[in-house]
Amino acid sequence: MATETEAASEGGLVFHPLDQFIPTSLFGDGAVHWYTPSNLTLWLAILVLAVVGVFVLGSRGRGIVPSRMQSVGELMYGFVYKMIEDVTGKDAVKYFPYIMTLFVFVLFANYLALLPMSYSPTSMIAITAVLGFGVFIAITVLGFVKHGAAFLGLFWMKDAPGFLRPIIAIIEVISYFVRPVSLSIRLAGNITAGHVVIKVFAGFAALTLASPAAILGIVAIYGLEILVAGIQAYVFTILTCVYLKDALHPAH
Amino acid sequence: MATDTHETVASACLDSHGGAIGMPQLCGEWIPHQIFWLLVALAATFFVMSRIALPRIAAVLAERSGTITNDLAAAEELKSKAAEAEAAYDKALVDARAQAQQIVAEAKAEIQSELDVELAKADAQIAEKAAESETAIAEIRDGAVKSVTEVAKATAKELVAAMGGTADAKTITAAVSARMKG
Repeated sequence: MATETEAASEGGLVFHPLDQFIPTSLFGDGAVHWYTPSNLTLWLAILVLAVVGVFVLGSRGRGIVPSRMQSVGELMYGFVYKMIEDVTGKDAVKYFPYIMTLFVFVLFANYLALLPMSYSPTSMIAITAVLGFGVFIAITVLGFVKHGAAFLGLFWMKDAPGFLRPIIAIIEVISYFVRPVSLSIRLAGNITAGHVVIKVFAGFAALTLASPAAILGIVAIYGLEILVAGIQAYVFTILTCVYLKDALHPAH
Repeated sequence: MATDTHETVASACLDSHGGAIGMPQLCGEWIPHQIFWLLVALAATFFVMSRIALPRIAAVLAERSGTITNDLAAAEELKSKAAEAEAAYDKALVDARAQAQQIVAEAKAEIQSELDVELAKADAQIAEKAAESETAIAEIRDGAVKSVTEVAKATAKELVAAMGGTADAKTITAAVSARMKG
């Protein structure tokens, strides 16, 4: 997070808190096309390498008594595995690799984005939308494949009084289709907001008088962001588990 | 990461200084770029996780729980063995004690019987000696009585002779015998 706020050649503070999200080409100054390796590519590559480092290199000893890195990997494995078992049910463990991949991807992206000078993939609404709609489409398809038309029973409350059922069904359908939107906007919004706030505080640091408060503010927000990064990865994963449960067991 | 080099980049989402116009996340121009690289990274992550990392960790966890189960079973077995050994030890101790008591009783009985035999022998010896002594005493007494009689007869004969009488042996003997009875 470089402070590129050019204070005061024109005599005032200049804020560019959103410039950190601009993708720039790694090689040369050309326009960023869909295939161009950019800083986004770089940080996604670092993410994959970090995943390899923790989960593959960390566990290469295959120790009965784990090394430090191996126990970190095992901790995350056990955390997600237990979450799926508890939230979705024992029959859902066959989807464990997919959910684990989602969790690890979001978690590592969030935490790597907190490194100075980094680029944050999960603040891109397009990226979180692909994740969110990917989960949504996969779960909907799975529901129809497993239960056929009975999957629509998810929207038809049998316990409700007859005249309320159509109304509830409409509300249920709306809430069902809002799921991917809320999933993706929640994640991107949280991460973007944190980064923008830190950048704005950094802009104020250019003023001599305000700089101690600004730096304290950055420290405080950074601490908050460390929490948010973990919580958002957790929320994304557990909501995926909840939605998956609806697809596997549509009866309420 | 806006720098001045952006001035040369033609983009609908950048102003003349390379700053962002609006949110760069919402710029349609970059969305295919983001989605493409996301899919690449996701595929790589999924490959690494599902092919290498997760099976390995699952194997390690299974192996660990197996080891723990085995170790617990082995510990249980050793514990029961220890209990068995303790019971055997206790039994041996009780047996040894009983045996010791038996040996003590036997020894006592043996000593008692030996003692009885010796005592009987000693009693017999004592009785024999006593009988011997009795006969000796009787002999001595008899001898003494006889001597006294002879001395008395001789003395009586001499006394009678000294007083001038003559006495035949027969009368003196009868007189001495009558006196000694009285």
